[in-house]
Amino acid sequence: MSLIQDFSKGIWKENAVFKLLLGMCPVLAVTTSAENGLGMGLATTFVLVCSNIVVAMLRKLIPSKVRIPAFIIVIASFVTVVQLSMEAWVYDLYQALGIFIPLIVVNCLILGRAEAFASKNPVSRAVFDGFGMGLGFTLALFVLGAVRELFGSGAILGFNLFGAGYQPMLLMILPPGAFITLGLLLAAMNKYEAKRS
Amino acid sequence: MENQLYLSSSPHIHSGETTDKVMRLVIYALIPATALSIYFFGLPALSVLLICTLGCVAFEALACFVMGRPQTIADGSAALTGVLLALNMPPSSPWWLSLLGAAIAILIGKQVYGGLGYNPFNPALVARVVLLISFPVQMTSWTAPAPLGSGIDAVTTATPLGEMQMAVMLTGKLPEMATSGFANYFLGNMGGSLGEVSALALLLGGLFLLYKKIITWHTPFSFIATVVIVSGIFWLIDPTKYPNPLFHLITGGLILGAFFMATDMVSSPVTYKGMLIFGSGCGLLTVLIRLFGGYPEGVSFAILLMNAATPLIDRYTRPKIYGQVEQKA
Repeated sequence: MSLIQDFSKGIWKENAVFKLLLGMCPVLAVTTSAENGLGMGLATTFVLVCSNIVVAMLRKLIPSKVRIPAFIIVIASFVTVVQLSMEAWVYDLYQALGIFIPLIVVNCLILGRAEAFASKNPVSRAVFDGFGMGLGFTLALFVLGAVRELFGSGAILGFNLFGAGYQPMLLMILPPGAFITLGLLLAAMNKYEAKRS
Repeated sequence: MENQLYLSSSPHIHSGETTDKVMRLVIYALIPATALSIYFFGLPALSVLLICTLGCVAFEALACFVMGRPQTIADGSAALTGVLLALNMPPSSPWWLSLLGAAIAILIGKQVYGGLGYNPFNPALVARVVLLISFPVQMTSWTAPAPLGSGIDAVTTATPLGEMQMAVMLTGKLPEMATSGFANYFLGNMGGSLGEVSALALLLGGLFLLYKKIITWHTPFSFIATVVIVSGIFWLIDPTKYPNPLFHLITGGLILGAFFMATDMVSSPVTYKGMLIFGSGCGLLTVLIRLFGGYPEGVSFAILLMNAATPLIDRYTRPKIYGQVEQKA
């Protein structure tokens, strides 16, 4: 597999959200707007790329019996970096995402890539894998957030699209809206895939 | 086809009860209630009814067409969902609210699961709850009854349950309206959604369904009896704070829910024992939500929650197979 394929598989073919349904907790919880989705996706991507690099570098030093705690420590360090940076520079987003920033530690996408890919491959491939997976995750969160924001508050990225007469559908920015939107998106994608093959 | 010989195991006698016949009878049973709601609320009620019913049928046709399934609008289930949805809407609902409700009921509540027979929840209630949570203002703008020909367009008012909850919250005491004037409530002379108004008309419809054996007594009886018992206990504890059981019985959507929604064949248990458990659960949740919940009316939430428990209830009330020997532990 080439580096390009390592990168591109995460965006569609093995998309963490739409294909593997990994990391559902942040996917469903923070995508109340496109901006939140984007912020969460980028924060996760940063942690994923960094932890992939470090795990790939240390892959021959970590004894396999304690690999999970070792991975978690690596991931947790980078999550702390992200959390403190966000608190310093993008305070509004930091408040909007709340508890879900520290919870990136237990995002199964990140641990999954460390275990399944980074711990078995050289650094160069792990970087591309991390970027691809992270970008796919970000994309999914952005799409989900955009759809929910569009119906739930009549705007995308804060720009009002429908004018003042529009009655926002509150359910869409509440938890049931996340499940319904994700379900319908998945159905549409499966239909598209089934038609193509 | 008529003269073809079929080979199958017994039983060979068919009762002649088909889906479309059942649906038609349930719609007939709702006629008194819908007629009375149109009388009390006038043309707005009629338009809500038409939009919901036609909308549901149209979305059903659309869903069948898009998914490439055989058309199922002729079985009447979509029309029934539409009528039930309309009975769950406030009479002043704008057209888009009714239409959106119809879309949610049919598309999200029913067709995504595979159509009639596969939906775990009652589609009309799914739509009502989605709308209630999404558009709390529109879904709780009640108009007082303005009978046809009275010359008044609409007067806004509160539902008896809403008024009661508000008063109890503010003063800790029951208001006057929760202890008297029951005859008006019984006939339907109060604010509320289309189908909440007349307990009398709904009871007539419910008795018709019982007589026609479309529903059995188990679910409605256990539902209503539990509401009476549980609310009765609270009433005995403190009659100045909790309304008496009769008030619970004839206001709100209890009769509509007990006879027409909780008995939905698809989303309620199949065994008699299961129906009794199902009805009691609905009744208990209804009273708890009405007295202690954030929303004044709890019938729809109660039924939906029990819908979710239906597979479990069915599992534990499975009748014993004939001749089965109890396993010794």
